[in-house]
Amino acid sequence: MTKVVQAQINGILIRVPEGTTILEAAKQVQIKIPVLCKHPDLPPEASCGICIVRIKGTNKMLRACCTPVENGMEIITHDPEIIEIRRTVIELILSNHPNDCLKCQRNNDCELQRLTADFGIHSESFPTFLRDIPKDYSTNAIDLDPVKCILCGRCVHVCQNQQNVWALSFLERGMQTRISPAGDIQLADSPCVRCGQCAAHCPTGAIVEKDDTGIVWNALQNKEKYCVVQMAPAVRASIGETFGQIGVNYTKKLYALLRRLGFKAVFDTSFGADITIMEEASEFEERLLKQTRPLPLITSCCPSWVDFMEKFHTDMIENFSSCKSPHEIIGVLSKTYYAEKFKIDPSKIFMVSIMPCTSKKYEIQRSSEMFASGFQDIDAVLCTRELGRMIKQAGIDFENLPEEQADSILGEYSGAGVIFGSTGGVMEAALRTAHYLITGRELEHVEFESVRGLERVKETEVEIDGMKIRVAIAHGLSSVEYVLEKIRQAKLNNTEIPYHLVEVMACPGGCVGGGGQPYMVTDELRVKRAKALYSDDKDKEIRFSHQNPYIKRLYEEYLGKPLGEKSERLLHTTYVPQPLYRK
Amino acid sequence: MVKRIVLIKDTAATGPDTTRDFYNRFLDGIREHKLLDEIMVVRAADLGYYGHGLVVKIMPNNIVYHNVQNTDIERIIKSTIEKNQILDDLILNEKPKQIKVALRNCGLIDPENINDYIAHDGYKALSNVLLEFTPEKVIDELKKSGLRGRGGAGYPTWMKWKACRASRSNPKYIICNADEGDPGAYMDRSILEGDPYSIIEGMMIAAYAVGASKGYFYIRAEYPLAVQRIDEALTKCREVGLLGENILDSKFSFDIDIRLGAGAFVCGEETALMASIEGKRGTPHPRPPYPTGSGLWGQPTVINNVETLANVPYILCYGGDNFAKIGTNSSKGTKVFAVTGKIKNSGLVEVPMGIPLKEIIYDICGGTISGKDVKAVQTGGPSGGVIPNKNLDVLVDYDNLQKMGSIMGSGGMIVMDTDDCMVDIAKFYLGFCVEESCGKCAPCRIGGFQILQILNRITEGKGKIEDLATLKRIAVSMQKASLCGLGQNAPNPVVSTLNYFEEEYKEHIINKRCRAGKCVALLTYTIIQEKCKKCALCFTNCPVKAISGNRETGYKIDQSLCTKCGKCKEVCKFKAVSKE
Repeated sequence: MTKVVQAQINGILIRVPEGTTILEAAKQVQIKIPVLCKHPDLPPEASCGICIVRIKGTNKMLRACCTPVENGMEIITHDPEIIEIRRTVIELILSNHPNDCLKCQRNNDCELQRLTADFGIHSESFPTFLRDIPKDYSTNAIDLDPVKCILCGRCVHVCQNQQNVWALSFLERGMQTRISPAGDIQLADSPCVRCGQCAAHCPTGAIVEKDDTGIVWNALQNKEKYCVVQMAPAVRASIGETFGQIGVNYTKKLYALLRRLGFKAVFDTSFGADITIMEEASEFEERLLKQTRPLPLITSCCPSWVDFMEKFHTDMIENFSSCKSPHEIIGVLSKTYYAEKFKIDPSKIFMVSIMPCTSKKYEIQRSSEMFASGFQDIDAVLCTRELGRMIKQAGIDFENLPEEQADSILGEYSGAGVIFGSTGGVMEAALRTAHYLITGRELEHVEFESVRGLERVKETEVEIDGMKIRVAIAHGLSSVEYVLEKIRQAKLNNTEIPYHLVEVMACPGGCVGGGGQPYMVTDELRVKRAKALYSDDKDKEIRFSHQNPYIKRLYEEYLGKPLGEKSERLLHTTYVPQPLYRK
Repeated sequence: MVKRIVLIKDTAATGPDTTRDFYNRFLDGIREHKLLDEIMVVRAADLGYYGHGLVVKIMPNNIVYHNVQNTDIERIIKSTIEKNQILDDLILNEKPKQIKVALRNCGLIDPENINDYIAHDGYKALSNVLLEFTPEKVIDELKKSGLRGRGGAGYPTWMKWKACRASRSNPKYIICNADEGDPGAYMDRSILEGDPYSIIEGMMIAAYAVGASKGYFYIRAEYPLAVQRIDEALTKCREVGLLGENILDSKFSFDIDIRLGAGAFVCGEETALMASIEGKRGTPHPRPPYPTGSGLWGQPTVINNVETLANVPYILCYGGDNFAKIGTNSSKGTKVFAVTGKIKNSGLVEVPMGIPLKEIIYDICGGTISGKDVKAVQTGGPSGGVIPNKNLDVLVDYDNLQKMGSIMGSGGMIVMDTDDCMVDIAKFYLGFCVEESCGKCAPCRIGGFQILQILNRITEGKGKIEDLATLKRIAVSMQKASLCGLGQNAPNPVVSTLNYFEEEYKEHIINKRCRAGKCVALLTYTIIQEKCKKCALCFTNCPVKAISGNRETGYKIDQSLCTKCGKCKEVCKFKAVSKE
């Protein structure tokens, strides 16, 4: 049993489990201590010094974010001196930060700006000294402007600890301190996998998604272009946060919205997910029953995970599913299948993906296979945050939009397709169809509770036709090491493989926690977003990818069969080892 | 058999050749007198004397000669070494009032010879401890001694050890913090170079007391001789079984590795130091957890400073009670200071806690070089403050210095006379901390920088009277909101100079005047027409052609062109150039 400590905050007695920080404990007495560097999703960095509180009996002030409550502590969270010091620290930070807020991508959505407003800072007490550090726009996915960085350390933490990528680090010291890949190279030349977790956690405009809204607006007004769009599962569960609605599924309003923005056809990436399942489950069936290639089969729909594997774990290439990610599949089919069917010149089609992800911006030019239609299969990627801005630019009253349907023939999805947006979702969808492919029978109980949830590594066993199928699900790239190491050990010692099927998503929580999603994500929020997807699945009449009539029709009319010649050409890709550093 | 040791050190620092030449000649002399078997001649790294030319120290008689010339060698050997006669004209009287505990062996023993250390009671404490003491008793003995950390903060050493002993997790680590970095401080260096085995013994006793099996020396890379001496000493210890498994046939096993500091002042802060050992960026981390509970690689760790550890064998050898007889109620034992600045006898002194500051400055170190008044004494390095002349009676211990607005620190002591400008001094220390800030934490990183900008403006004559309030405002936010000791204490030099010498700040701001004549931008050079002989020397020597005129009309300095280099004043033979 955890010990309980007793202390006073502002004279009010509190009892909290040992180890509770002052910041957390203060909530019990209705105090929200102002913070800047502390993100609710991350351990304290203790770099800003805003959250100081006074401890009676000492002349010291302590940081609430990282100081555990001790027995008998008498904590004061605010008095005129504390407020004055907080204000001074904010002003000091402002003196080292550009004040071009009006032209910043984070304007009106910036944690530093909010704090400045809260403290009513209207003039400059200290002269501004800005560092002269070049911007880094090299990744085509995330833009880094180190001058706007307040060195809170969140991005470095997520990049190194949560994602185990180590692309970002602190260089130099004192006023010269800056965030950069080691060796002062550009991000594109570093191990960066473009997951965008840095951008999703950045309190200011120092790291943001590359803004492609301009490209999309231009395409929409170009009469030569036939603009079509698709949206990923996770977007529908999070776009509401732009308007203060948490955990609401906005699928049908989003269809209406996208049409009103000017898109001629609205597709759903969940349909692409259904196709991915057809291909991937077939691949799994082949590897399991015919031993064509080694097991475990590892999922490949997350481009950051693919990039990570190509850089750090190239010995796993043979285990990777060759199937493209769902939005790439919709992309290539929109310029082939759809174009042929509706007699549209594919060279005129401008395909936009709305994604929870920054990495997808990079994926669309990842290799020549992303041009399988003869054109670039996806022309632009917008992440959820960018879509939120476009809604506001267009002045659309999103919440009061009517509900509409997606466009055939790339729009109707099964319940299995939509849960792709959550960790464990791909696994669950794959198991539903793999069961059918292997046994020829449908599952009675479609829900696999054991693959759901936010545990960083989930290992479980599923019985299919008397066979025990061992699966593992990892999310957050640092979690994957454990799984891969187990596989590696088995390979090395020639022992039984630990898993048959492995799902990996780069971002914690899967796509619902993606790098392009609305800010201030926490596990609580990830669960709520995932719930919105699982309830969508539950409400669906069809919950198996292979039962989706449009999937059947696609294979009958166009692709032939999963892993067939045409499928291989359009829907599959290859992987090659990439250098960690290009310089 | 060696009967005497002659230590040689060039305290004027004229270069390695001077010592080598003198050493060779001395050795030749010894050889000629056929004394090679009896006399050992050693080139010492540090004897604690500075500015005394070649110093020869003869042990065990403890005779110190200074300003020794080559021509003195013969008579030193003939009179002093052969006949025990003292040469009065060469004698440098040993500084009185010093008690050597931490420095007890420095200069006395051959630091590269373990037998010499053993001959001077070395490892006596350890063997006592291993044979007769339980770990608890060691900690008790330390408690009796009242030893407090010599690195700066003065935390009771026994409490650290006790907390670490109480931590259940294993393994545990002992770290010797030898990342000495305060400007002008070299106490630890002297011990590392002069008595490496005592620190190792101290670490071993600490390890035994807390139950650690592994130790690290964290030594700054700028101390190559210290690194070499420690490295050799560790190798020797391993050779003779004083490190490794089952030391002295006991159940105690312990070994030590060296890690080099990479040139960051902040790595002397314990959490940053541990990060550095772990191979991470050397930045501080929040405490708690304290290292004694979760330190190096998350394991219980004791981090002690060099001087602290050097005291440990003494305490365990001669008893905690004996140690506690030295010093004051709250601060026991001695403290080593590196006295530098405008002081006649600069160097290391080891004094009992509680000695009046005055005695260190005047009695031990002989007052200022210039003979002018002491204006203030800066203690505690960049984290400390100044003690003004009027307070020189203060009895030096942890608490008194703190009451004065300064700190004990690691032992830097810089003496300033009336030629020193207090704003300039504050600027120097702030500059150091701004340079050395790790950059992690906003109040320190930006606050220090902003203070430095203001001090720069003030010393350039561009200060505003509101700047004083701004300085105080930033200083408070740094002191209260910074994460580690570096940031919390960085404004201390500003706060304490403002406290005692606000007038001087105001003079700079309002009168645009620096009474010490240090702040170049505030100086004005003018030619006193009455004294000027129109010789044109200043005119021809001015490097920026700021002086105009001719032999008939005389000369004038154009203040807008003058760079205040002082060349005109320097060349004038008639004292016709004034500097104000």
